[in-house]
Amino acid sequence: MTKSNWQEKLNEKLFLISALISIILVFSITLFIFIKGVPAIKEIGLKSFILGAKWKPGNGQYGILPMILGSIYVTIGACIIGVPIGVFTAIYLSEMANKKVVDFLRKVVELLAGIPSVVFGFFGLVTIVPIIDKIFGGGGNSLLASSIILGIMILPTIISISEASMRSVPKEYKEGALALGSTHLDSIFKVILPSASSGIFASIVLALGRAIGETMAIILVSGNTPLIPHSAFDRVRTLTSNIAIEMGYAYGLHQESLFATGVILFVFIMLINGVFIAFSRKVGEANDR
Amino acid sequence: MTDKSLQLTGKSLQRNQINIKSLKEKFIKGLIYFSVFLTFGIVLWILVHIVFNGFVKANKMNILSGDESILPILMNTFYIVVLAVFISTPIGIWTAIYLNEYAGKSKLVHLIRFAIQSLAGIPSIIFGLFGMIVFVVGLNLNWSILSGALTLSIMILPIIIKTTEEALKTVPLSIREGSLALGASKLRTIKGVVIPSALPGIIISIILSIGRIVGETAAVYLTAGMVPRLAGSPLESGRTLSVHLYILAKEGVSFESAYFTATILVIFILFVNMISNKLAKKYNKKLKGN
Repeated sequence: MTKSNWQEKLNEKLFLISALISIILVFSITLFIFIKGVPAIKEIGLKSFILGAKWKPGNGQYGILPMILGSIYVTIGACIIGVPIGVFTAIYLSEMANKKVVDFLRKVVELLAGIPSVVFGFFGLVTIVPIIDKIFGGGGNSLLASSIILGIMILPTIISISEASMRSVPKEYKEGALALGSTHLDSIFKVILPSASSGIFASIVLALGRAIGETMAIILVSGNTPLIPHSAFDRVRTLTSNIAIEMGYAYGLHQESLFATGVILFVFIMLINGVFIAFSRKVGEANDR
Repeated sequence: MTDKSLQLTGKSLQRNQINIKSLKEKFIKGLIYFSVFLTFGIVLWILVHIVFNGFVKANKMNILSGDESILPILMNTFYIVVLAVFISTPIGIWTAIYLNEYAGKSKLVHLIRFAIQSLAGIPSIIFGLFGMIVFVVGLNLNWSILSGALTLSIMILPIIIKTTEEALKTVPLSIREGSLALGASKLRTIKGVVIPSALPGIIISIILSIGRIVGETAAVYLTAGMVPRLAGSPLESGRTLSVHLYILAKEGVSFESAYFTATILVIFILFVNMISNKLAKKYNKKLKGN
């Protein structure tokens, strides 16, 4: 009896320690990224690092403003393309389609979610980039190509979370609207969408995080020029690609500045995740009530 | 006279409004159908384009056994998958057991859940940087299969924890109570009753994380390196399938090989989805049967 009691206790401790590992990991990831990146920011100067428009490590110029703007533009572009398509598809899945079609389309969306990012990048490189080049010229590697590929990549996130939040709207709401004489579409747009808006917003925030953190797919279609883009057809480099492209051969301050780029990216991600976690908690509480 | 004409114009106005309204409805409906068509069409386009070019057009013999042989890269990928799953699965399952079977609603549990959620939201390139700092340089493991596997094992942890916890949640309370009533201890109940009934869910979590590992590029690229040969030991560098595809596409050396590699990746993901769907279906049936 005492032996088994002792075993019980030991196992419980083992489970607890495992659970603590996640905390330790998040803590140490944050710590190490900052320890490695902050010295470079200090040396370069925070202002000239994040507001500097010239990235020329060979000349000792480390301004990542083009990459910050690149990341923001690409993410906004992805949302412009991905959000409407995703939300409309979610409306169809939750309000209009019959069960068989829903089951099938869900599998399609799941598949889309599973396709590796490098495959998206390769696909973009061999299809979207040449198409843009043919229509608009300029080589095709561009902000537009990156936005299209990212827009496709965030579709599953938007569709599945938006669909779930629309489904969780009580049936009575819709029935009430229909009974009052509103059309099917009116009941969707004036009753269901507003009630599900916080869930839809959460899906967009989560998608933002995905988009800003994406690396390999973007590298293959964006052209990677570290200059501030002035049109959708300009080449663009994001924070993530800046790290991945130059890490292989960088050393000294150059390498440290790449870790510093990681710090800035990390701050962006933490902001977005913070909003998402706070928001999804609020949604959860509202649903509990 | 004037009254009547007013009535008439009123009616036709109403009719016009209805027309405009139904036109608007038609337009929005059209947009919805168009979006569904786009979503479906894009997936189909990606699959058909890649599989057709990779499977029908590519010279498979050369890629399987010739100079551009993909076999060592497949083996590297396999090694990394096995190592990462081996490291991460126990920790993930134990965490899920703690959260579902032992934890109450303390501040600590809140923090643990917050940490898992944060881990899931960190982009792979950041994991890559972390792996580089800690495993490649800090622990002096260099660019190696082991560094890659350690980094990946952190990345898949949230998937394993979340999916396993979901599976544990579906085990009915009555089963646990039955076992406890028969005098089994909590630990014996978990080991003998809860885990076996949640096993399909746990297997799904492993399959999903394998899919994630195989598809991952940025983190592996920064930690396992890109040597295109078979890694002789876990301490040697070796590129995985995704890294291989990235390098082929980036350098534009051989699009034939790139298509073929992409095809393998896509078919593998199809497989992963199919198996996990089948398992989930069977599992749900079994639960309902009980």
